[in-house]
Amino acid sequence: MDMLQTNVQTEITTAAQADIAVSVSNVSKNYGDVEALRDLSLEFPRGQLTSLLGPSGCGKTTLLKIIAGLLDPTSGDVLVDGKAVTGPGPDRAFVFQDFALLPWASVMRNVAFGLELRGVAKSEREAIAEKYIANVGLSGFEKSYPHELSGGMRQRVGLARALSVDADVLLMDEPFSAVDEQTRRKFQEDLLSLVANENKTFIFVTHSIEEAVYVSDQIAILLPRPSRVSDIIRPTGLREKDMLTIRRDPEYLDIVDEIWASLRSYVE
Amino acid sequence: MKLFGVRLPAMSSLLIWGLLWELIGRAEFSFFVPPLSQVFSTLFEIFGTKAFQSALYETAYAFISGVFFAIVIGIPTGIFMGKNRLLDELLLPWVNIFLSAPLTALVPVLMVLFGFGMKSIIITTTLFAIWIIILNARAGVLQINRSLVEMATSFGASPWDAFTKVYVWAALPEILGGVRIGVIRAVKGVIIGQLLISIAGFGALFELYSANFLMSHFWAVLIVLFGLAFTISEFLAYLERRVSYYAAKR
Amino acid sequence: MLNRSLLLKFLSAFIVFGAWEIAGHIPVSYAFPTFIESMKALAEMTFDGRLYAAYVETLKPLAIGIAISAVVGITVGLWTGLNNWFDWLFSPIFIVMQAAPLAALIPLLVMVYGIGLTSKVFVVCIMAMPVIVLNTAGAVRNTPSSLIEMGKSFQASRLEVVTKIIIPAASPVIFSGLRLGISAGFIGAILSELKITPTGVGDIITFSRSIADYASMYAAIFSIIVLAVLFLNLLEKIENYLFEGNVRGYASD
Repeated sequence: MDMLQTNVQTEITTAAQADIAVSVSNVSKNYGDVEALRDLSLEFPRGQLTSLLGPSGCGKTTLLKIIAGLLDPTSGDVLVDGKAVTGPGPDRAFVFQDFALLPWASVMRNVAFGLELRGVAKSEREAIAEKYIANVGLSGFEKSYPHELSGGMRQRVGLARALSVDADVLLMDEPFSAVDEQTRRKFQEDLLSLVANENKTFIFVTHSIEEAVYVSDQIAILLPRPSRVSDIIRPTGLREKDMLTIRRDPEYLDIVDEIWASLRSYVE
Repeated sequence: MKLFGVRLPAMSSLLIWGLLWELIGRAEFSFFVPPLSQVFSTLFEIFGTKAFQSALYETAYAFISGVFFAIVIGIPTGIFMGKNRLLDELLLPWVNIFLSAPLTALVPVLMVLFGFGMKSIIITTTLFAIWIIILNARAGVLQINRSLVEMATSFGASPWDAFTKVYVWAALPEILGGVRIGVIRAVKGVIIGQLLISIAGFGALFELYSANFLMSHFWAVLIVLFGLAFTISEFLAYLERRVSYYAAKR
Repeated sequence: MLNRSLLLKFLSAFIVFGAWEIAGHIPVSYAFPTFIESMKALAEMTFDGRLYAAYVETLKPLAIGIAISAVVGITVGLWTGLNNWFDWLFSPIFIVMQAAPLAALIPLLVMVYGIGLTSKVFVVCIMAMPVIVLNTAGAVRNTPSSLIEMGKSFQASRLEVVTKIIIPAASPVIFSGLRLGISAGFIGAILSELKITPTGVGDIITFSRSIADYASMYAAIFSIIVLAVLFLNLLEKIENYLFEGNVRGYASD
């Protein structure tokens, strides 16, 4: 197991040097007179998880929604696989902080909803959804409704929906912030296996330093007013460790401390 | 709404509708729709007339008395219902019934019991307004955060202090919300009462104008009435917003 | 043990009807029959078919008026909620209508449309329409923004966002707007029977009053209030059943 993971990781790390899945260049976003993002550039290597970390109000969600095509930047470009983003596309899937499940639809319809909007036939999309429902561990809940599920299970539905459209890039907006601490830890572990097993690019917004260090291949630290990238940290050694011991690792603890030292003066 | 980057005020489209009315009136499309300008000039004429002034006075009198009774009876009843479970369970079904019941049907009863006069109109007004006031005052007391009351008790507040310094304020947004809806209902109640009893206030005025086919007069009175009703409702909404800033944050 | 809340409801009804009975015996007024007399009159009216015939007459303008208000009101409400221009143009009218005592229009409606069915349908419509329009528009505007973003992120077309997300999300509030509209429609229907021409239940009320048969008058009023309340409660039950999980299931609960 350890052996295998190490192999996979080395492969990805070497490939990543050249292969950039998403690149953001000189993006600015103004709301009226308020500058939310100023001249921000950032690159996201393929097959890796990049966290956007920063205090609240630093524009990390704004940046994520610009990459998703849900917001238009005031200036600058976003490229996904070398193609400029002009709006939402099939190459990206979004996981929402508040899950954004349809309360009137069953788990099955919710998971298949992305495919439904793409015009996939009912039997086909339900077969795909079935597979991803099983993948996130919700088999047996296909006919349940969101209000019958716990917060953690709801976010699994949101995750299955994003996975089922088989997009190359997964955009996650503080996906675990509305679930309890134990569930969150389980999610973080599952996310690590997901990054290892699926060859997808993950962009992950969080305000938790520990979470960012635990799950990321690359951490972009954003500072507020106007938002800019202050630092990029790559916890390279951690990916080869067993996920159960990472939190005791000296490198993990050092990076957490280092990030806190650079952020603390920006917290009100 | 924005036009060429300029923000149009919220109710400004009413000007367009007014203009349309004027045009339809000028085109003599229908006898029943005189031009708006003519309605307004009639409005200034009838302001001075005795009939209008007494109608306005009688309506205001019935309205204010009706609302007064609805508030004075409704708020305490609602607060007691919120604090006493037995009372709540006995009264709540009735409050809910009268809240959704077509109260117009009761006006004939009021007429035979209290006569064809001011008294019946005032009671009609109260009946229209009171139920929602009771219900909201009750809801206001029920939603009070327990820890807020415990905080007051832990600092040694007497029951009276707790009531005047915590309960009333904590329930105020709901209570005011109820009063606002109650007052809007009271405006409708006072007019319905006057129409059915029709010897007083605007009810009598409408009879007079429609019997003589005085269309501009009719519309003029309607505009005054609708304008007043809208002003009252907006004013109360403004008051409610001033208090409810903390309603969302508790 | 009998359910406490049901027991208290019976007790509460017993107290009120008992008070009515006693007040009728005193009597508080020559025009105040006892509860039992009124119920006897109600039974009589029910069995000789008068009440049935009256309700057919009364419910006709109500049903037509509600049907028109529902179709027009929901359509206008959807447009107002979806389109800023429509909102700017139409919302003020319905906001004013909502606050205004529209009953004052009745004498005018009678002048224009006479004393027939048209006027009565119109009264029901002006009473019921504003709340239907405003509820629908408000519900559309309050669709959770993350649901719309979700649709967009999966490249839903505008039409799909409206039909698959906005309308289902708004339907509980639209339905309750309809219920409030029907409640207002009842007021309008009875008002028009009492004010325009006595027909149906309004006829029983007016006629019994003129011949001083107060028991029948109270019985008719009692029946229309009970009917309206039961019907509206039924609608509320249906609403709760249909949209049980619809208002929940977001991150906050």
